[in-house]
Amino acid sequence: MSHAPSTSSQPANDGPLADSLLRMGRFLRRGEVSEDMRSLFLEGGRQGDIFYRDRWSHDKVVRSTHGVNCTGSCSWKVYVKDGIITWETQQTDYPSVGPDSPEYEPRGCPRGAAFSWYTYSPTRVRYPYIRGTLLAMYREAKERLGDPVLAWAELTADPEASARYRRARGKGGLVRATWDEAAEIVAAAHVHTIKRYGPDRVAGFSPIPAMSMVSHGVGARFMNLIGGTMQSFYDWYADLPVASPQVFGDQTDVPESADWWNASYLMMWGSNVPVTRTPDAHFMTEARYRGQKVITVSPDYADNTKFADEWLAPHPGTDGALAMAMGHVILKEFLVDRRTPRFASYLKQFADAPYLIALEERGDAWVPGKFLTAADLGGFGAKVANASFKTVVLNQQSEPVVPNGSLGHRFGPDDEGLWNLDLGDVDPLLSISDGAVWRGASVAVDLPRFDVAPEPGAEHEGGAGSVRRGVPVATVEGTTVTTVFDLLLAQYGVGREGLPGEWPTGYDDASSPGTPAWQEEITSVPAEKAERIGREFADNAERSGGRSMILMGAGTNHWFHSDTIYRTFLALTTMTGCQGVNGGGWAHYVGQEKVRPLTGYNQYSSAADWVRPARNMIGTAFWYLATDQWRYDGLPADQLASPLAKGLFAGRTTADCLVESTKRGWMPSYPTFDRNPLDLVDEARAAGAEPAQYVIDSLNDGTLHYSVEDPDAPENFPRVLNVWRANILGSSGKGNEYFLKHLLGTDAAVRAPEAEGDRRPRDIRWRDDAPIGKLDLLVTTDFRMTSTTLFSDIVFPAATWYEKYDLSSTDMHPFVHSFNPAIKPPWQTKTDFDIFHTIAARMSEMAVEHLGVRHDLVAVPLMHDTPDAMATPHGTVRDDAPLVPGVTMPKLVVVERDYPALAARLGSLGPLTTKLGMVTKGVTFDPTPEVEQLKASNGVVTSGPNIGAVRLDTDARACELILALSGTTNGRLAVQGFRQLEQRTGQELASLAVDHEGSRITFPDVQSRPVSVITSPEWSGSEHGGRRYSAFTVNVEHKKPWHTLTGRMHFFLDHDWMAELGENLPVYRPPLDLHRLYGDARVGSTEPTGAPGSEGHAEVAVRYLTPHSKWSIHSEYQDNLFMLSLSRGGPTIWMSPQDAAKIGVRDNEWIESYNRNGVVVARAIVSHRMPEGTVFMYHAKDRTVDVPRTETSGLRGGIHNSLTRVLLKPSHLIGGYAQLSFAFNYLGPTGNQRDEVTVIRRRSQEVTY
Amino acid sequence: MKVMAQMSMVMNLDKCIGCHTCSVTCKQAWTNRSGVEYVWFNNVETRPGIGYPRGYEDQEKWQGGWVRNKRGRLSLKAGGRLSKFARIFSNPKLPEIHDYYEPWTYEYDMLLNAPAGEHTPVAKPKSLLDGRDMKIEWSANWDDNLGGSGETMHDDPILKHMSEHVASEFEQTFMFYLPRICEHCLNPSCVASCPSGAMYKRVEDGIVLVDQDACRGWRMCVTGCPYKKVYFNHKTGKAEKCTLCYPRLEVGLPTVCSETCVGRLRYLGLVLYDADQVATAAAVKDEKDLLDAQRSVFLDPHDPAVVEAARAEGIPEDWIEAAQASPIWRLINDYKVALPLHPEYRTMPMVWYIPPLSPVVDVVASSGNDGEDAPTLFAAIDKLRIPIEYLAGLFTAGDVAPVEGVLRRLAAMRSYMRGINLDEGRDEEIANAVDMTGTEIEEMYRLLAIAKYEDRY
Repeated sequence: MSHAPSTSSQPANDGPLADSLLRMGRFLRRGEVSEDMRSLFLEGGRQGDIFYRDRWSHDKVVRSTHGVNCTGSCSWKVYVKDGIITWETQQTDYPSVGPDSPEYEPRGCPRGAAFSWYTYSPTRVRYPYIRGTLLAMYREAKERLGDPVLAWAELTADPEASARYRRARGKGGLVRATWDEAAEIVAAAHVHTIKRYGPDRVAGFSPIPAMSMVSHGVGARFMNLIGGTMQSFYDWYADLPVASPQVFGDQTDVPESADWWNASYLMMWGSNVPVTRTPDAHFMTEARYRGQKVITVSPDYADNTKFADEWLAPHPGTDGALAMAMGHVILKEFLVDRRTPRFASYLKQFADAPYLIALEERGDAWVPGKFLTAADLGGFGAKVANASFKTVVLNQQSEPVVPNGSLGHRFGPDDEGLWNLDLGDVDPLLSISDGAVWRGASVAVDLPRFDVAPEPGAEHEGGAGSVRRGVPVATVEGTTVTTVFDLLLAQYGVGREGLPGEWPTGYDDASSPGTPAWQEEITSVPAEKAERIGREFADNAERSGGRSMILMGAGTNHWFHSDTIYRTFLALTTMTGCQGVNGGGWAHYVGQEKVRPLTGYNQYSSAADWVRPARNMIGTAFWYLATDQWRYDGLPADQLASPLAKGLFAGRTTADCLVESTKRGWMPSYPTFDRNPLDLVDEARAAGAEPAQYVIDSLNDGTLHYSVEDPDAPENFPRVLNVWRANILGSSGKGNEYFLKHLLGTDAAVRAPEAEGDRRPRDIRWRDDAPIGKLDLLVTTDFRMTSTTLFSDIVFPAATWYEKYDLSSTDMHPFVHSFNPAIKPPWQTKTDFDIFHTIAARMSEMAVEHLGVRHDLVAVPLMHDTPDAMATPHGTVRDDAPLVPGVTMPKLVVVERDYPALAARLGSLGPLTTKLGMVTKGVTFDPTPEVEQLKASNGVVTSGPNIGAVRLDTDARACELILALSGTTNGRLAVQGFRQLEQRTGQELASLAVDHEGSRITFPDVQSRPVSVITSPEWSGSEHGGRRYSAFTVNVEHKKPWHTLTGRMHFFLDHDWMAELGENLPVYRPPLDLHRLYGDARVGSTEPTGAPGSEGHAEVAVRYLTPHSKWSIHSEYQDNLFMLSLSRGGPTIWMSPQDAAKIGVRDNEWIESYNRNGVVVARAIVSHRMPEGTVFMYHAKDRTVDVPRTETSGLRGGIHNSLTRVLLKPSHLIGGYAQLSFAFNYLGPTGNQRDEVTVIRRRSQEVTY
Repeated sequence: MKVMAQMSMVMNLDKCIGCHTCSVTCKQAWTNRSGVEYVWFNNVETRPGIGYPRGYEDQEKWQGGWVRNKRGRLSLKAGGRLSKFARIFSNPKLPEIHDYYEPWTYEYDMLLNAPAGEHTPVAKPKSLLDGRDMKIEWSANWDDNLGGSGETMHDDPILKHMSEHVASEFEQTFMFYLPRICEHCLNPSCVASCPSGAMYKRVEDGIVLVDQDACRGWRMCVTGCPYKKVYFNHKTGKAEKCTLCYPRLEVGLPTVCSETCVGRLRYLGLVLYDADQVATAAAVKDEKDLLDAQRSVFLDPHDPAVVEAARAEGIPEDWIEAAQASPIWRLINDYKVALPLHPEYRTMPMVWYIPPLSPVVDVVASSGNDGEDAPTLFAAIDKLRIPIEYLAGLFTAGDVAPVEGVLRRLAAMRSYMRGINLDEGRDEEIANAVDMTGTEIEEMYRLLAIAKYEDRY
């Protein structure tokens, strides 16, 4: 390039002298000084550039992703130079969303971008480690006894020796070990525990399979082969929205993020999208340009507030009241004053709104009772199959009709083809008063309310009351009935002419529950805003055909009463006809990981090819008992009950409800009995009895008990905990200090007293000396040091996500993609896959002598999506029923455990897959052709006991299996599943997948690029024809029922316990009043607590929230130097200037935060974006980085969950009834932690570590 | 006319989610090495806030950029070359390490190697400069999300100069993010500050670079750059800065920060300009005229005369085509929604920004008007949650009119597109109210919202 001299411009520099200096200077340089002397231009031969060009050079780029517990599932390019991983950037090659939408590229976030730091960081676990105290004792015993299993048995039986190594947990002293020795000890501990205590005393914990299905699956498979228990995580994390099983009969199904683009009204409610859904947030920012209106509901000025057209800041945990008020406006203006045709017809076909509820007289009024069913109709109708599960509507002539599609139609042979939402020529009455023959009959019903301020001096009585409102009624077979819709109007306070009861005088009537003015007093959100936004939401839904969407998240889902909050949200999307519509409906984004290739994954991980069923446990209950949090809880169940309750919970704690749930077979419970389940079978057979009957007899005669009745008996302890891909002690472990004290037996900062007197559970044996250190072995596999590895007895060094093969999927996008090794696992690290195969091999050797082939009695709860869901007609809890497995108690199943064959079975496909088929959500898939193909592609076992079986001996082969056996990745299976559903529903479905019938997505396919999945009956939405995935579109468009009692979405839940809690209908329940329940400080209190070190320091009690962090995904990345450099470099607590002023603390000063559960030390971040009275400690601040010792306990400061504790909600324990039946990670008590209160003070600024 | 090509960037702040992915991918690729631990070629700062290094915009303190002297000519604010040579060994106008932050690490190895003891092992912080224990008092992004607002916000140089009082109160909270890289200015004061002639602008694309062989570590460039985007590598003793990822650009890849931008808010493209006009434009009298002056320097790549002149300069044909297809040209010139950062520094920066559209304050909506309705919005645009005056302080030397113009166009786009979205028709009047046609709005919408990879770069 040459540059013609210019004559037009004048030098613009400061003066002739300077110009001349530069003019001289330019002769010293190549290049060209601009004519005006401003600038120096250079071209060619720039040797000084080489440094950067060299830096941007690499040998290869490998596709992989991050197996962290987040929903991103982003595909990355990992750069490798000279065999060293250098850095990563995002892939941009996702299949297109189409010409009129933004694309998924470049998914990612700063956390993921910082991942490669771990590969070579000083926190990388490079070798196996064992705590020196334990290792020395083990070596000594092994040397003496010559057998690893005997050595472990002796060591753990010796109280002094075992207390010594337990006390040393978490106090350093880890020493390098060989793989041989570490694997030997772990194998011996497993073998001994199975032999001595039973396989259900071995627990496995690893969450979120979607983010690395094989790494999770191999360990779960191992656990399920040995008969160990896998702990659930979705409910334990409180991410499971219990409202979803309650309302939809579905675990969680939500739109992919590209479907936000289709919404024209978007409310982000407790979901801070830029932080928690970083790769997806752009769809929200971009949809605004398409005219989408955006609302943020958040108590603080959250990151997403920046994008919102309106910001509503309710007091934390009061969101339900705001949603109730919006619902009030919508019901009044869109369904009563004017009946919007679309909304009305939607409610008739897709909701339980028109279904009849029998009313029961109570005092001088009535209360809602049960769904009227065919069984209540008398005559021929009552004699049909499963009549108690066929719910009833009135037609326009006010005659009772049983529409298709209820639970009663789902399973029986008589009803084949009738399980559908086709109303035919039935036009149900939405309201009784719509009936032509209705003559004004109505009754007053009493409905509970929980928003009443307690009387002064009677705070311990709580704040519940009732409101009396009227509904129109009809009489059917002598029963007084009304519709769910009529009850809904009563519940929301929407009055109609001529009905009895107390009704609001208008939106401005704050005295009557449901109105905008009422919610303002609770939430502080101006009534006008609640009213207007409710109206806009519905108006938009009407104008757009249902494209109003609510993104809801942890801010509203981690509360004790989140199921009630969510039900008020779901009521909004259902009453406006938005569910099952692209761009509309609920979008729950909290830990909702979607294993898209679900069926294949389940086969692999549950080892269903070898043994069925698996022991899947509700994590919350497991940890609640194992860590002895129950001893401190004493939450009286009747304190939670409705003032209209019958008294089922009287005199009982929530722990007692857990015992009842266990015994009735509602929820699983492992360890199950106070005896080794292997021995139980032997004993039964020795006694000549059939094992199940033996168990029933032993329970009846009192010689056998459930472990849940005596969790502190040594024979009921969990003994071995095997953790991988998880950091339970630094992240999810609610009640962290109780874990340390009772499960591990080491130092802890528990400050609470144990429950006393009638606060102790009635049905659990109280032992005066609480166990200290129940666990014999904690073994953790990780690639970095966390609280869990710090406290573990043995640490296995894991390969990172850039060092192995695996699969990833999410519900945020519709693609499956892969992990691939950029480098081989360095040092002595191994993949999770290899680690479990290593342990299994050692166990198989030891099992020859110590275990052999045994039979195991597995207690199985009543399962969702099976006829078990019809165990409890009307959800009526009976006390007089005899023990019948599978009806009034758990099913009792005997399975074979071939322990010497463990390793061989882990690495090959068993026969049950083709023999029994694969069942997902009630659909049975037959994979016979696929298994034949896998024999060719994966190869077959050529020797040993499983000769001829498909090989699953490498991670890549396991990936191939998962893809081959799932409908989403195998069109033939998808079509086969749809054909089966067609028979059941009588509706056309196969067209959703038939054009992909020949498509197979293989592992090499997903290695080369992310691949879009195939529409499959495993899920409720459709990707057919390239459309965006939205939940329940198949239900709405193909008339496939929801998996609920009515087959529709439920506003009303009629189980006895729901009525007892006052939660038949959506209702506002405030955050738990911990002052009332436990005597904790009231929010805002500055009373001195007398805590150690607090003397002379101002203190303030505040709400303690733990929202997700910008600089970590749970505890992952919170120790990453890049994230620490971009934030405050250690644990912090955000607070308002007002609260900071109360305790005299300035920004970045050290503070301590403490309550009955423990102590946290952190630095304060003071910001005006925080509301007064609430602090944030972002989720999963581990104790590994920059955590000093506390003044309060003298110990190392705790993690964010050191201030929390498990609290059980009885409604989460219901089972055996329609959608309220157990499935793994589908239903169970949540490990909620949002209702917590803490006291904060400024501490000495001199900290010691 | 002397046609030159400049590689430029536009960032749409209205889409920025403040995630810092750009910072991390840039850091990993370029400055993850000793001597530059504290260096972030790309950083993202929360505004209001004081940025990185802290308070860099306070040119009364740092003396960066150019000033127009009485003779109507530009001189370096820190003093001309003569005075620079005079104090070449003691340059006082430099941020110290604490103005960036003292880089640190932790005793991570103790987590594995701590001997058996009384307490749980922990990794305590250690300075990366001298290895001593330290309390972390500042970082590369200390005031993220208004953290510590009570301590720092009043030092935000923009807030200081605003006539309107901005209260740090919960109900009035606002914030947005400002990602920053080197501006690759047309009139770079860093280049002019370098006594060694080590800094230069590449002829073909205008990227401003430091010749690592020629740099003598005088650090005058650090002072000269008003954006503080030239850094000193304390190990090599040389200056380093954002290279606009030229090793990637040269093979047809966008910069790391652009391609990895999760908010999809960065646009890259060539702009043709008249190098002969730069000095005059940068020296216009009134700071508020600098925006128009800089726009006037740009040349219409579709103008046959410009094309001819470009060819005459030897600019290759594919570069001319690239300039014609450039999203930058459309955003700056056609839609006029992009604005330069601190034009008053007179460096003619070439990373421009679309200012963030914030909601109208509640007083408008609570009066019963729908804040999204176009006429309401236009009437209320001066009542946005983010004060327009604040944005003007960043992008237009305090002139609120151009900022208001941009925000009206963004607002009009939303209103207009909502009609299409709801199948309620195209309201041409909305477009006309912001001097556009519906077709133009739809084109702009495609570029801003759908923003395919090939349209961004």
